[in-house]
Amino acid sequence: MAISLTENAAKHVQNFIAKRGSGIGLRIGVRTSGCSGMAYKLEFADEACSDDLQFSSNGVTLLVDPKSLPYIDGMQLDYTREGLNEGFRFNNPNVKNQCGCGESFGV
Amino acid sequence: MALLQISEPGLSTAPHQHRLAVGIDLGTTNSLVATVRNGISVVLNDENGRALLPSVVRYAADGSVTVGEAAQAAQSDDPANTIVSVKRFMGRSLADIGEISRMPYRFADTPAGEGSKQAGMLQLRTVAGVKSPVEVSAEILKVLRSRAEDALGGELVGAVITVPAYFDDAQRQATKDAARLAGLNVLRLLNEPTAAAIAYGLDNAAEGVYAVYDLGGGTFDISILRLSRGVFEVLSANGDSALGGDDFDQRIHCWLLEKNRLSALNPQDTRLLLTHTRAAKEHLTEHGETRITAMLSTGEVVDNILTRAEFQEMSQNLVQRTLQLMRRALRDAKLGVADIKGVVMVGGATRMPQVQHAVGEFFGQTPLTNLDPDKVVVLGAAIQANLLAGNRGGDEWLLLDVIPLSLGIETMGGLAEKIIPRNSTIPTARAQEFTTFKDGQTAMSIHVVQGERELVSDCRSLAKFELRGIPAMVAGAARIRVTFQVDADGLLNVSAREMGSGVEAAITVKPSYGLSDAEITRMLQDSTQHAQDDMQARALREQQTEAQQLLEAVQHALEQDGELLDQAMRAKIETRMGALRDTLSSSDHLTIRRATTALNDSTVSFAQKRMDKSVASALSGKNISELEDK
Repeated sequence: MAISLTENAAKHVQNFIAKRGSGIGLRIGVRTSGCSGMAYKLEFADEACSDDLQFSSNGVTLLVDPKSLPYIDGMQLDYTREGLNEGFRFNNPNVKNQCGCGESFGV
Repeated sequence: MALLQISEPGLSTAPHQHRLAVGIDLGTTNSLVATVRNGISVVLNDENGRALLPSVVRYAADGSVTVGEAAQAAQSDDPANTIVSVKRFMGRSLADIGEISRMPYRFADTPAGEGSKQAGMLQLRTVAGVKSPVEVSAEILKVLRSRAEDALGGELVGAVITVPAYFDDAQRQATKDAARLAGLNVLRLLNEPTAAAIAYGLDNAAEGVYAVYDLGGGTFDISILRLSRGVFEVLSANGDSALGGDDFDQRIHCWLLEKNRLSALNPQDTRLLLTHTRAAKEHLTEHGETRITAMLSTGEVVDNILTRAEFQEMSQNLVQRTLQLMRRALRDAKLGVADIKGVVMVGGATRMPQVQHAVGEFFGQTPLTNLDPDKVVVLGAAIQANLLAGNRGGDEWLLLDVIPLSLGIETMGGLAEKIIPRNSTIPTARAQEFTTFKDGQTAMSIHVVQGERELVSDCRSLAKFELRGIPAMVAGAARIRVTFQVDADGLLNVSAREMGSGVEAAITVKPSYGLSDAEITRMLQDSTQHAQDDMQARALREQQTEAQQLLEAVQHALEQDGELLDQAMRAKIETRMGALRDTLSSSDHLTIRRATTALNDSTVSFAQKRMDKSVASALSGKNISELEDK
């Protein structure tokens, strides 16, 4: 069981955390909401919770709560540019369907 | 799928509910848009990677509109339909704008009283029809809005737009109207220096008192701010809404005209030369001298070498003017140069070496320039927009403001007693004690006024209320504590309480309501112009009040203890009372004072007799016969 991020994503995350001035890593998870059932959560992490699962990928610490992990296990986080827009993309092998915009998904 | 951004802990947005918000710096020369992404404020570039959008709008005969670089490129060829520095016209009438003849535009004044909101405001005749500055600004905002929506991949919930601190109500309203016309929801208008402070304060987390020196294309603002524990407190603000980098261009422009003996250029040549002067100015930032060459439509050729020293010489008084305004802002904040921990430089014009040098010399320290002076304001605006859109929780900070005019109450004789002086930071609370004027007075009327003048009639009346139920006491014995409290929204609460009995009365008013920045400025100017008159008037009213009080006291004494006086004494006192009454309407406080002193002198022995009598009655029943023997 693991999640990871690409080298490019790691570079951006490290840069964002450095500019923010604090944070131990990224918190990744899922929530039940949205039109297709689930939605991703992507936040700066200031502290780890006791039951958090921790992964390290390309030098970035990723924190995942145990309930979320089954939905995103094996996922790789990437950072891409689409025209003027840029941001993180979740490459999640567990997704069976997702809404048009991809912001919410089902497994 | 959609691209996600990192949120603050616990603030992940629900799908399809991103609260995209941007900060916009709608500048005189250039405009920018920025947003907070992954926790960091970043300027959004266009598809060519350019951050600055020249605030230039060109109207074509077919009704099409070009904005930015393309419009700027056409300004020499089509000056009348290419609007530059439109910010200077926002919320202004033709009468407000000087040097109209030098501008290549065809102006139209909307007749006042047409019922429309823009009545009285100037308009521009273009080949595509008459355009108001609001419409022109909206074109710039539309471009920024679509740039932001492309970059963020969604619709914006709102924008924070920055304005110079000295923009009056009409100018602020015009800015809001332009945003609405561009389909933007204005979360808030933010003063430019404050936005710069937000950008610096958060990025560098530095505490202390700072001066923000903002010399933009068309406006100059100076603000004295205190940053502590993430709280921005505006200690004072000053500025000039018609002084900026454009004026430096104008100096070079005039120099060129003089040097080449050119008179009255056509609009096209004026625009052409201004384009060259601006380039020359920017070139001089990095180089010791620059060459200006241009071929005018008349066939005349301009070819001059301008050195940095010459440029500094011709623009020296512009720089001096900014320093003067800075001195005034410091005085308002009751601070000296030594109290300023750092100076933040904002605006492209602060790149000029002579400006940095002069400011550095003035404060005896090197000004801060570690953020791009063109981007500081928009970066701060984006941070504020992010906060207002609800994307940031927890450590919210408060933006403090200052009271523009002093607040006080009316005292006897129609004098205004200031309780909260102008430029006090809000929230604030001050209290002062007052007393009764007459014996047995059981009520007190409290008249709340605003303004810098000494007489109530010259100030603005805000509210009146009465404190009743004061226990009957001799004049001056009651202690009435009047408390003024101004909360963070600028709401004033006045309460009065008689300390002995605890009776209380209170009222709430909004001091700034219905008072435009222009009126505030006028009231401030009046107060300095009339300082001497006011002092005289105050002295006169004080003397009149004192005289009246004395007359009443003597009258009262005569009624009570008149039998203690012999005929001659009584006649003398009554004559002098009459004399004092006659002087009351005099406009010379010295005359009244003389008559008051005379009456006072004549009653000394009477007062002694009364004192003896009251002592005697106090001791009655003890040894009264002995006392009578004396």
